[in-house]
Amino acid sequence: MSRWADRANKLTPYAFMAPAVAVLVIALLYPIFYMIYASFLDWNPSQRISEAEWIGFRNYVNLLMDESFHESFWVTLKFAFWVVTLEMVVGVGLALLLDRNLRGMSALRTIFILPMMIAPIVVGLMWRYMYHPSVGLFNRTLTKLGFEPVPWLSDSWWSLTSVIIADVWQWTPFIFILALAALQSLPQSALEASRIDGASPWQQVWHIKIPLMMPVLVVTCLLRLIDAFKVLEVILVMTNGGPGLSTEILALRISRTASEFRELGEASAMSNFLLILLLVLTLISFAYNKAQEARQQRLRQAAEQG
Amino acid sequence: MHKAMKLAASAAAGAAMAAAAYANPYEEYAGTTLVVNFPAHPHYDAVLKVLPEFTKETGINVEVDQLQYLKMRERQTLELTKSRGDYDLIAYVVFSKADYVFADQLENLARFFMNPKLADPNYDAEDLIDGYVQNIGVAGGKKGYLPGPTGSLFGIPYGSETSVLGYRKDIFEKHGLDVPETYDEMLDLACRIPELEPGMGGMSSRAASGHQASHAFLLHLAPLGGRVLDDQWNPIINNEAGVAAANALKTIVDCGPEGAAGFAFGEALGSFLQGQTAMYLDTTVIAGQIEDPSRSQVVGQVGWALHPMGVRRGSQTGGFGIAIPKNAQNKDAAFLLMQWLTSKKGDKLVAMAGGNPSRFSTHADADVNAKFPHMSVFGEALMHADPDWRPIIPVWGKINADIGTTLSKVLTEGLDVQEALDGVAERARATLDEAGYYTWQ
Repeated sequence: MSRWADRANKLTPYAFMAPAVAVLVIALLYPIFYMIYASFLDWNPSQRISEAEWIGFRNYVNLLMDESFHESFWVTLKFAFWVVTLEMVVGVGLALLLDRNLRGMSALRTIFILPMMIAPIVVGLMWRYMYHPSVGLFNRTLTKLGFEPVPWLSDSWWSLTSVIIADVWQWTPFIFILALAALQSLPQSALEASRIDGASPWQQVWHIKIPLMMPVLVVTCLLRLIDAFKVLEVILVMTNGGPGLSTEILALRISRTASEFRELGEASAMSNFLLILLLVLTLISFAYNKAQEARQQRLRQAAEQG
Repeated sequence: MHKAMKLAASAAAGAAMAAAAYANPYEEYAGTTLVVNFPAHPHYDAVLKVLPEFTKETGINVEVDQLQYLKMRERQTLELTKSRGDYDLIAYVVFSKADYVFADQLENLARFFMNPKLADPNYDAEDLIDGYVQNIGVAGGKKGYLPGPTGSLFGIPYGSETSVLGYRKDIFEKHGLDVPETYDEMLDLACRIPELEPGMGGMSSRAASGHQASHAFLLHLAPLGGRVLDDQWNPIINNEAGVAAANALKTIVDCGPEGAAGFAFGEALGSFLQGQTAMYLDTTVIAGQIEDPSRSQVVGQVGWALHPMGVRRGSQTGGFGIAIPKNAQNKDAAFLLMQWLTSKKGDKLVAMAGGNPSRFSTHADADVNAKFPHMSVFGEALMHADPDWRPIIPVWGKINADIGTTLSKVLTEGLDVQEALDGVAERARATLDEAGYYTWQ
């Protein structure tokens, strides 16, 4: 009898966890396994999945040899690198500047985060019209001021730049609010101590604020990086990947492979590559966090012993 | 006498009633609600105005699900694989024909036209523009997608488009220019206009990466004597005609308005409507917008001519057809709607409402021409329409996208034309090979 009670006791936690596990399996793991399974198929959307032909790793091999995929992969890396770098620099910079008790600060903060509340399709359309070669805001202003118009969306270098500008505009506020929150929760004691020791404002920023904000910044950076790899709508509306393949980031190529080329298998394989890339990034950041924690542990121990 | 007359009158009334009962093939279906899937497109906007007439006449209700045409294709792809579909009638883009027919998702129309209770003997299918019936409706003939002895009918063209040349009459008159009839004349004019009218582009063309650039290129390929694939499925896009077509596109874009290399259809059309270009070579579907003062600044100033000739006439065939899905639930009533819409009466009604007619008789109709003077030119253009201006095969989406991105590189990054097309041909061969097109070689 007591053996049964004992077993029931042990099982209780699992029983409580079961619903969560079930949701996880259905909502998360099932689609992922479905995608992994689909990536081994030659499957076009007019077929049911059961009618698709099993082709093993052919989708992956094709992709590895596909120059357009390489280009798209490279564009994605370039895009992600630039948007995240610019957004981090501008976002953290703004937060450092605005971390003070200004009047109307809360209104200002609300205005700052407006861009990220706009639906991506609308952002894409808005920028596309602003970039319009003849009637767009930018070129009209440039010509009025006597400059040459810029081929915003019709030149490969400029179109990637234009897309990056639009993304920076939309997502810098995200980094800004997180950085600001981090700044405002910093321990005042450290800042006061540094002030007493005669640190200049720059030194405070470099040696106190930024290092203390680091854990938040790393997570923020990672979130943005993951998002940057998946951005789709804004670019879809602005350039649809062009000119050439200059702005065809992976998410867009996946979407086109599924709907235009009608190759669901290959699209799944591509998604898996993207997933692997994101996993690697996540692991790197975990490793960084672990290393950081270990380092602090060591420092603390050293301080205690000293 | 009086009595006799009364009797005769009641007999006549009875006979009329009986005749009416017999002559209403729709009676059995009155009260049915059909769900149809149409694109958001000027022709189908006109169709919406005509549908109440159908309901009034037949008692059959029609519920329309209108979607952007690429979204429509995605939705249909999902719908058609279900065992019970929601759509009774669908409008499909020409290039969907290959996919849907190959996946056995559309009804063969023979069994409806054979059914005496459904088929109207006065339908006059001969009057439907033949090139379109072949291009949009027939599958299974030559090369699988073209007409031929083995082909059969799966859809009826509805919302047919071809390419025509629109030009600014005022600009042409001002400088004493002749309307171009050949490609050489057209290309020459395209680059002369910016010199004559500073700030104005020669010709509006699509050029954006992907489908847009590919469409613009194919528009020139057929009249210049080229093809994407030969009859044995070998890519010949990189031959002399292909290079000439790509060069023609490049000339047009280079002499076009500011930023032309990034134009999608909307921007190309917009530049013509705003008076920033003097010529337009693309689909006929825009005629209504050009004469609409709320959208166009060139009302009354645009003349129409046939798509100029290269080594042959070859205007594009595009637009939509309507078909009955295999998984539809009210197929007979759907056929009645399809037949009514494409009948002489329905075709004229839709033309008067601003749609694109699919019948020769409608293009020649006096009322239609009085309201839309361009109709006779469009009718003539349709006779030169080339059903094989692009292949309609399941792997076309991939080849098309590759043509489009590669040409975009030619237009914006200065990639060499021959090298670009050689690359397209090589990749197309690999795609076709994988899809089994060389099994018999």
